[in-house]
Amino acid sequence: MEWEVVIGLETHAQLQTKTKIFSGASTEFGSEPNTQACEVSIALPGVLPVLNKEAVNCAIKFGLAVNAEITPRSVFARKNYFYPDLPKGYQISQYELPVVGKGAVTIQVPAMGKSPAYEKVVNITRAHLEEDAGKSVHGAVEGMSGIDLNRAGTPLLEIVTEPDMRSAAEAVAYAKKLHELVQWIGICDGNMQEGSFRCDVNVSVRPKGSDKLGTRREIKNLNSFKFMQQAIEFETRWQIETLEDGGTIQQATVLFNPDTGETRAMRSKEEANDYRYFPDPDLLPLEITEADKARVKALMPELPEAMKARFEAEYGLTSYDAATLTASREVAAYFADAVKAGADAKPAANWVMGAVSAKLNAEEKAITQSPVSAVQLASLLKRIADNTISNNAAKQVFEAMWTGEGEVDAIIESKGLKQVSDTGAIEAIIDEVLAANAAMVEEFKAGKEKAFNALVGQAMKASKGKANPAQVNEMLKKKLGA
Amino acid sequence: MINSSLKTLSQMLAKKEVSSVELTQAFLNRIDALNPEINAYIALDQEKTLAQAKAADIRIAAGNAEALTGIPIAQKDIFCAQGWQTTCGSKMLANFVAPYDAHVISQFDAAGAVNLGKTNMDEFAMGSSNETSYFGGVKNPWDFTRVPGGSSGGSAAAVAARLCAAATGTDTGGSIRQPASLCGFTGLKPTYGVVSRYGMIAFASSLDQAGPMAKSAEDCALMMNVMAGFDERDSTSLNREKEDYTRDLNKPLQGLRVGLPKEFFAEGLDANVGKVIDAAIAEYKKLGAEIVEISLPNTGLSIPVYYVLAPAEASSNLSRYDGVRYGHRAESYTDLMDMYCKTRAEGFGAEVKRRILIGTYVLSAGYYDAYYLKAQQIRRLIAQDFEEAFKHCDVIMGPAAPSTAFKAGEKVDDPVAMYLQDIYTISTNLAGLPGMSVPAGFSNNLPVGLQIIGNYFDEARMLNVAHQYQQVTDWHTRMPEGLA
Repeated sequence: MEWEVVIGLETHAQLQTKTKIFSGASTEFGSEPNTQACEVSIALPGVLPVLNKEAVNCAIKFGLAVNAEITPRSVFARKNYFYPDLPKGYQISQYELPVVGKGAVTIQVPAMGKSPAYEKVVNITRAHLEEDAGKSVHGAVEGMSGIDLNRAGTPLLEIVTEPDMRSAAEAVAYAKKLHELVQWIGICDGNMQEGSFRCDVNVSVRPKGSDKLGTRREIKNLNSFKFMQQAIEFETRWQIETLEDGGTIQQATVLFNPDTGETRAMRSKEEANDYRYFPDPDLLPLEITEADKARVKALMPELPEAMKARFEAEYGLTSYDAATLTASREVAAYFADAVKAGADAKPAANWVMGAVSAKLNAEEKAITQSPVSAVQLASLLKRIADNTISNNAAKQVFEAMWTGEGEVDAIIESKGLKQVSDTGAIEAIIDEVLAANAAMVEEFKAGKEKAFNALVGQAMKASKGKANPAQVNEMLKKKLGA
Repeated sequence: MINSSLKTLSQMLAKKEVSSVELTQAFLNRIDALNPEINAYIALDQEKTLAQAKAADIRIAAGNAEALTGIPIAQKDIFCAQGWQTTCGSKMLANFVAPYDAHVISQFDAAGAVNLGKTNMDEFAMGSSNETSYFGGVKNPWDFTRVPGGSSGGSAAAVAARLCAAATGTDTGGSIRQPASLCGFTGLKPTYGVVSRYGMIAFASSLDQAGPMAKSAEDCALMMNVMAGFDERDSTSLNREKEDYTRDLNKPLQGLRVGLPKEFFAEGLDANVGKVIDAAIAEYKKLGAEIVEISLPNTGLSIPVYYVLAPAEASSNLSRYDGVRYGHRAESYTDLMDMYCKTRAEGFGAEVKRRILIGTYVLSAGYYDAYYLKAQQIRRLIAQDFEEAFKHCDVIMGPAAPSTAFKAGEKVDDPVAMYLQDIYTISTNLAGLPGMSVPAGFSNNLPVGLQIIGNYFDEARMLNVAHQYQQVTDWHTRMPEGLA
């Protein structure tokens, strides 16, 4: 039987606010335990929550970015359960009425093997505001468990998708897209190691063609895209094998072990808590007006979709190139800066996606750390455009700029890479080449087009790559009467 | 001096006829003498109290005293007060010393009032007789064999026995008004949101409201001037302009429309209490009031609705008492679950456990719609009853409690009989309306309180209505014989 995997994601994005969602305590990461735990964080008797408006703005930004309905009147609810790192014995979250309703994101699924790259729309079910819990610390004191409440009350936006994804690749493409989007709009730093962006993945399988969903298992707390890919692939295989062996899938929460590459059930849902959600009487319903939305919208950067469309229209880029350049706000900004500094858009796009990306990847650098700035790249591309250097020579110049050898013109000068555009000099070279390659000339005249390219090659070689290829072409055509 | 109004005390302090230290010491001496018997206070700290009195005297000498500067006030032990043991009447918090001040406490501190101590109360404000307190029952100053009412029983006894100049209380279903009725003094529960709940230990967040307990309406008005006001730390605190609650005290009552809900005078009301209330209404007629028959048809549903919603909120509010960070923790346990179970089994009393169980039940999957949601719907109907009633009258009057003070132990084994104590007060909490209890006479030598319910934010008018009555009656000036 052929199987189909069905995947939905729940992502917790930690919002970049200075203070906690319901108190004035700092949200900074990595401080000494409990130094950022105010009376509200500790849940002393009598304390009350006050909603941080900055967290609300983050939620509105996200809603606008995924074209979602933003709920005019959403409600905070208490999720009740006991755990030592949950100081109040309940988490303030949103349940029946989340701040962000249905929306969608378009993802780019990369080519794999023979299957080409494609776009797909993933529907967002909802996104809601909630507070993070603290952390249990084991072993800091011999034989004891400690509680660090620095993180308790840190604002989170939980983003839930429809079960729209059909492969690990799609799930990872969505996660990457979301990861980039929350950073693009400035609501989350995206730091997966510090837990600022954590994904829970719901996986189920069903016979291909069936419209009934299988029983899902939830893989918790994946903190890298690589692990997500591995975990989904393992989980999918495991579920298919289990079913094919005549077994059944129990709804469960599972953990991924990166060392073994396996998923394992943590607890079955049957033992799960009844969270006894009810509206938090300490907080008023969250009201968001059209004016609030307009105010937040005015503060938002151009969104990737809009920028992509603009790159296509303004610069004549292909959809794929425009999508690649707008996959990250920093890359898009680098490209735009290069164009602004005078580079032609198409070569700029090619260089950013080609040489620049290749070097960055090889050195594991972000584009913001690129040794060659957008303005420097533009000055290099201008020297190609004005025929000072050839494309090949430009690659050498780029390498030299990357290692900090200086500015474009100085490098061209010192390396003697200036293109020969002197008609007389080129003519002399061509005459030499024609004389030395009479056989090729004959072949060309007999109708072999390929011989022409060979002659161009010979001329370029004779000029040590410095001759202007366009001029060589033109003059050669003239001499051969073509 | 111990019988003087806050206004008189304030004038005596201003004229240096008495110092705050002297006044405070007079109350402390009285507490020394009577509190061992009455048990109105859980925590006393003479050193802290007298330090505040000294500071008040300096402030009075410097000429920047406010109305309550130097006046000794008792604080219900539900308010966190920095450096004070703050127990909420529970073993769970018996060892808890608050590291911060509730809004109400800091308001009194800013006004220069003196904190005499923390008063006894039903555990987590759950009770109508003060008998659920971990720190023992409180005796009704009018009859030591009887209860003072609850949950603000300690504050009630302290006011009635003149163990303070005035006190604070909180009222979730009647916890200011019922003890005010049973102990014969004036108590006001303001409109929900008028007094900040910050630092006031939560019982049922959507119903809890702090208010004054004092000898007269005028004293309550002066207390309200200190307690009320917007606080950004409480999201349900209302951002309204500061009011002077004494402003309307002297307005005549000519033409006042008094609504009498027929449901408040039906079966369940003690006949002698009913007679006292009738006499009070007759007094209001003499003052020029016009009597209007009204109906609050959903009154009978208020107790069942309350005993779904209040326990639901309480079950969640009390989850933080888990032994992890502060308060009681079981001495020995085998694992985390055992620690939770033992800590909470040991730390909470029977009534608190009963309400946590009820609340957990009504919020559970499968029961939520039938109980919690249904109760919320009826809560709106109860509020609509009042909305309709206030189209026909300015204030509503009736009894504050169905009977006078009952014997200690009489109702402890019958929670439902105990819950019925709040039959006339609970509906105002559900609607968020202000209510007060005013001494209106005696039945078998025990005080009876007249309840006055006002429309939202009508506290100043209610205080006016009560004050005018207190100008022509002297019930509020009576105090228990033998304690004078």
